[in-house]
Amino acid sequence: MLFCALMVVINRNPVASALCLVVSLIMLAGLFTTLNALFIAVVQVLVYAGAVMVLFLFIVMLLDIKTEIRRRLNFLAVAACFVAVIGIFYKMYQGIASIPVSRGPVPHATVDVKLLGTELFRNYLLPFEITSLILLVALIGVVHLCKKEETL
Amino acid sequence: MNAAWLLLALPLFSFVVIALFTRRMGTLSSLISTLTSIILAVVAVLLFVDRIPAPDAAIKWIDFGMLTISIKLLVDPLSKLMLLVVTGVGCLIHIYSLGYMKEDASKGRYFACLSLFMFSMIGIVLAENFLMMFIFWELVGVSSFLLIGHWFERPAAADASKKAFITNKIGDFGFLVGILLAWTYFDTLSFPGMQQTLPNSIGESGTFIAMCLLLFCGTIGKSAMFPLHVWLPDAMEGPTPVSALIHAATMVAAGVYMLCRIWFLLEISPTSLSIIAWIGGGTALMAALIATQQNDIKRILAYSTLSQLGYMVMSVGLSAPGPAMYHLTTHAFFKALLFLGAGSVIYALHHEQNIWKMGGLFGKMKITAITFLIGTLALIGCPGLSGFFSKDEIILAASHHSGHLHALYYIALGTAFLTAFYMVRLFTVAFINPAASRKHDSHGDDIHESPAVMTMPLILLAIPSILVWVAGIPAYLKLGHAPEHHGNMVMILSTLMFAGGSLVGYFLYIGKKADPISIPLFQHKFYFDEFYGVLIKYVQQNVAMVFHFFDRFVLDGLFVTGSGLATNFMGRVLSWFQTGNVQTYVVWLALGILAIFWFMIQ
Amino acid sequence: MSVIGLHHYLIVSALLFCIGLGGVMIRRNVLIIYMCLEIMLNAGSLALVAFSHFNGAINGQILVFFVITVAAAEVALGLAIIVAYYRLKQSTHVDDMTSMKF
Repeated sequence: MLFCALMVVINRNPVASALCLVVSLIMLAGLFTTLNALFIAVVQVLVYAGAVMVLFLFIVMLLDIKTEIRRRLNFLAVAACFVAVIGIFYKMYQGIASIPVSRGPVPHATVDVKLLGTELFRNYLLPFEITSLILLVALIGVVHLCKKEETL
Repeated sequence: MNAAWLLLALPLFSFVVIALFTRRMGTLSSLISTLTSIILAVVAVLLFVDRIPAPDAAIKWIDFGMLTISIKLLVDPLSKLMLLVVTGVGCLIHIYSLGYMKEDASKGRYFACLSLFMFSMIGIVLAENFLMMFIFWELVGVSSFLLIGHWFERPAAADASKKAFITNKIGDFGFLVGILLAWTYFDTLSFPGMQQTLPNSIGESGTFIAMCLLLFCGTIGKSAMFPLHVWLPDAMEGPTPVSALIHAATMVAAGVYMLCRIWFLLEISPTSLSIIAWIGGGTALMAALIATQQNDIKRILAYSTLSQLGYMVMSVGLSAPGPAMYHLTTHAFFKALLFLGAGSVIYALHHEQNIWKMGGLFGKMKITAITFLIGTLALIGCPGLSGFFSKDEIILAASHHSGHLHALYYIALGTAFLTAFYMVRLFTVAFINPAASRKHDSHGDDIHESPAVMTMPLILLAIPSILVWVAGIPAYLKLGHAPEHHGNMVMILSTLMFAGGSLVGYFLYIGKKADPISIPLFQHKFYFDEFYGVLIKYVQQNVAMVFHFFDRFVLDGLFVTGSGLATNFMGRVLSWFQTGNVQTYVVWLALGILAIFWFMIQ
Repeated sequence: MSVIGLHHYLIVSALLFCIGLGGVMIRRNVLIIYMCLEIMLNAGSLALVAFSHFNGAINGQILVFFVITVAAAEVALGLAIIVAYYRLKQSTHVDDMTSMKF
């Protein structure tokens, strides 16, 4: 999965990049499964890999993007990026290493839809409703942004 | 409440009433003020004869541990005597002003300021502590400013009042520093308190001399000693009753009064006493020399005041404060008399002040002339009149000293000669010489005597000029140590001076139309005004230049333009960061997060 | 290697995040940048699910649910903006999109 993610970043061709991303998302779903989060895994494949990446590919092909022309790279910026990324990773590693190892066996209850749904609709009802509002707003926004001037 | 508080409350009340309410009604204001002054004189007399006991009440004003200042009245022989002088002369001047200022348009303002002056002067006399005295000292300066500049539409009068105030202020600054120094020696600033707690161990240290001299600065300013004498002759721009009251009898005497008040401090330091004596003597001589060549009647009298003040200050410096107060008392009477007489002459001649334009007044204005003659004789020390005795005591005190102070003895005698000379010159030219041709013999009428309201004070003042020596003032005051009387030689010498000076003056000036002697140095008052003008201009230009450069380069250049340039520079530096490119911002963001992580996660 | 524990999952998540961050900073095409952004979001989801599993709480998964939803909405809107911008500039190079500068 990490290799695929790396390919996303490195690839020149945007379509190849997108396809790599799809693969890495599916692999991520696999990881979710090992973590006993079945519903999330399925949702990931369905929504993320299925709908979102399709949208991406759609736009890529709509805009007819060619292979990226290599423009002059600012060396200073690249160096700064490098430093930033390496540094942040190192710090995160340090932080992770400082988490104490858990003592006993971890409950491995498989989370299924019923459990998730009960929790969602019991304690997280408000965020749920608001999320639906967000989707509505996104819909309206997209429609507005992409209409042509003549039609109203 | 003790009736002595009336002395302060009444003139203040009169001032407030006139200033706020009756300023437009001139006659009413004048009556209020004059009535107040008469009551004040009565109260002062009652206080003097001990019908009213000395007040004990004190209003505590400032109390912060280190210093306690109360508003209290100090009534002892010194202040009682001075009160008599101040209220007596003040009352007579009020009555005189009723006549002199009758046609003046701003009579109300004049009488309001006169009441303010009476309030402040009595405040100085009755002040129980240094701070109270200083406050009233400044108030007297303000009243003087207001009164000199009474006819402020005249530029000369406005300038003179400013000059008086500023010169006074210079002296007051020294006075204030002296008061602060005095505070370091004692815990209190009240005179009786200081006198009681005077430790025997106070020696004549540098600080102590500095304190005495700084306190003397107040006298230099107020009593117009050299080098701050320049304001007094110019102060003659004010109305003549003002000149009589303030600049002859009372305010200028406040300096001498203060010196006598702090005599218990001064007598510890012979050095400062010698300096005081020399300044006094020098002023006396210088003023007498200048007076011999002046042509304005009021200027001559002003310089003679300067000269007599020099006598008084010199007397204090010669360790004889008693004779100084004695001379102050007698001088107050006959100098006020002389000024009021001069005012009468000026009034009759429709404000002509040049003595060479007067003449023949002896026949036309009998009362004025005779009282003026009495005043003149008293001033120049004619034996039998009060001035003789008081001046004699001072010259006697001078003769008792040896060393450099003995020179003052000769200076005093010489000044007496000169005094006789120029006063007889004045009287001869103004009164005895035949009348000069006058251009404005307006209305065609002849010169006539002034109205009774003006001549009565003249007569009333002539009486003490003759007789006050009877009162035995130095013994009453019990100030300082009375010198033993080896007085015969001195008396003879001073009579000789009087006679000699008068005769020379008379014969030199009788019948003359213009001044036969001309000494430009004296005529131009030793060029002091010009010198001060140059000095001030020089100092002011240089200080202004310093400030100009500071303003231009430091304030304008560094701070104003500099801050503009700095902001500009910073702006340009920061705009380098703003590329509009999202990625750049992300890079900065990442670096920032790295920085945060660096410090948070160890 | 022993049992795959929490740390391992977190390291993977961190690596993923950094790869995504590097991609955002390096790439010049707007769409690729956007994809890398998605990678970063997914890294966050992985971390959340890992924590949820190893701590026995279900809150992590709920949050991931919301994250996925909101990400979907955001992608829709973002792509619409990119399309609109493409219509304006006729280019998807990020250096051409600098009209919001001083």
